[in-house]
Amino acid sequence: MTSVLYDVPGPRAVLRNRVLGVATVVVVAALIALVVWRLAVTGQFSAAKWSIFTYTNVWVQIGLSAVRTLAAFAAAGVGAIVLGFVLAIARLSEHRWVRIPATVIVEVLRAVPVLIFMMLLYYGLPVIGIRLDSYWAVVIALVAYNGSVLAEVIRAGVVSLPGGQSEAGYAIGLRKSGVMRLILLPQALRAMMPVVIAQLVVTLKDTALGFIITYPELLYYAKLIGSNAVYGSPLIPAALVSGSIYIALCLGLSYLARVVEKRTSRAPGVARTEPIDPRRHEEQTVTQVLSAQIDPLDVPGDGGPSR
Amino acid sequence: MGIIIDNLDLWGDALWGTLVLFFAGAAIALVLGLIVGAMRVSPVPIARAVGTVYVNVVRNTPLTLLFFFFAFGVPLLVGTRVDFLALGIWALGLYTATYVAETIRSGINTVPVGQAEAARALGLTFSQVMTLIVLPQASRSVIPPMMSVLIALLKNTTVAAGFSVLNLGSIRAYLSERGENALGVLLWVMVIFIVLVLLLGWLQRWLEIRWKVTR
Repeated sequence: MTSVLYDVPGPRAVLRNRVLGVATVVVVAALIALVVWRLAVTGQFSAAKWSIFTYTNVWVQIGLSAVRTLAAFAAAGVGAIVLGFVLAIARLSEHRWVRIPATVIVEVLRAVPVLIFMMLLYYGLPVIGIRLDSYWAVVIALVAYNGSVLAEVIRAGVVSLPGGQSEAGYAIGLRKSGVMRLILLPQALRAMMPVVIAQLVVTLKDTALGFIITYPELLYYAKLIGSNAVYGSPLIPAALVSGSIYIALCLGLSYLARVVEKRTSRAPGVARTEPIDPRRHEEQTVTQVLSAQIDPLDVPGDGGPSR
Repeated sequence: MGIIIDNLDLWGDALWGTLVLFFAGAAIALVLGLIVGAMRVSPVPIARAVGTVYVNVVRNTPLTLLFFFFAFGVPLLVGTRVDFLALGIWALGLYTATYVAETIRSGINTVPVGQAEAARALGLTFSQVMTLIVLPQASRSVIPPMMSVLIALLKNTTVAAGFSVLNLGSIRAYLSERGENALGVLLWVMVIFIVLVLLLGWLQRWLEIRWKVTR
């Protein structure tokens, strides 16, 4: 790979890069070796600690908790996209009495940590007599937060479209709703698809917060296995197993985002609005798409990290 | 208001806990993120690979799981009990560092190619190109997304609540022992977070105007 930042390396640079490369490998290998050695010394790889994973029932339970994680994710993902559309359209409205409340709602929902919102739904609402299942507390909190983030993403996508698009729509006699529904939103959504999927990865990761309000999802079950004294409290093995599942799920979604991005950038019909920088590196980052597409004063409060 | 005035001591401690998590976590994240971001654009292929693996693995791990790993794994690794606050700071720092690294990398990409080309045409080396030409310009365009990362970090401090670190996320549990109304407590926590996030947002706009790149 070449970059504008440096030349194709000559013989001395190649040598220096190799030395630096070896140094990097040594440092990283030493760190990993230290961790593995300490884990081995403290008996984390002993058969006793892993034997709990030899039972079919345990794996059935792991599967069920993964399904509960995915169930919360699916409901939250769909809900967030719907809410995102509603709020984005409301914020783009010409009527002040629609636009201003929508703006306030988006700003407030984005500023409140998801976990606090979950706690409010799960521990707070019973005070006034409303008792929510932990599943619904997780889903509603994730919908509220991610919906408000997606609203900004979709709105940014619409704003970045050339003005001629909506003018052409009005010129052929469409009404405001038609221009929005038939012309602006489809293009905006296609342009912003990678960011939308990246936000869905955040949603998937944030379902793990449900563990704190006792929603029995993957991490909750990992904790349960991990505190099983009969098998020597295999917390580390449980964390490793559940961690691999989470990483596999999220990497799958991220991979999908990259595929979608490549597809849309190849499709001839999509108007690539000029904010996408042609000199970007191969893999574009979320922040980059956001910063490229959005008026700098209007960057969503969350660049992807959950937060 | 009674909820706050009657328990001023606890609210003070909780706010302090949140701020310590935020500032210490941000310090680790910024330093480590700068290193990893530099690794990801460096001419050394292995450094790029290490940076990529770190960013991809950690970004695809839930923060809660990372906390879980730190709370239960690290005490085993070092062989002694470690303060949960310190563990929480490291978990937040290592997690946020990946986002900082990505932000820095995307900031480097916003610097016009001509700038780097001109610098190389003058015969500057990679480190000179970076420190004299690219990073000073990138650091300005990076401010809005970087503040977004920091706002996210601020909100993420609440996750420490699941691991018995006193902060605004865990104050509900402490106050319900004193018989306070959970709904009221959580609404106040929400208000505090909205104020803190608005403060950071205001700082972001101020820095942006002050350090605007004229192109």
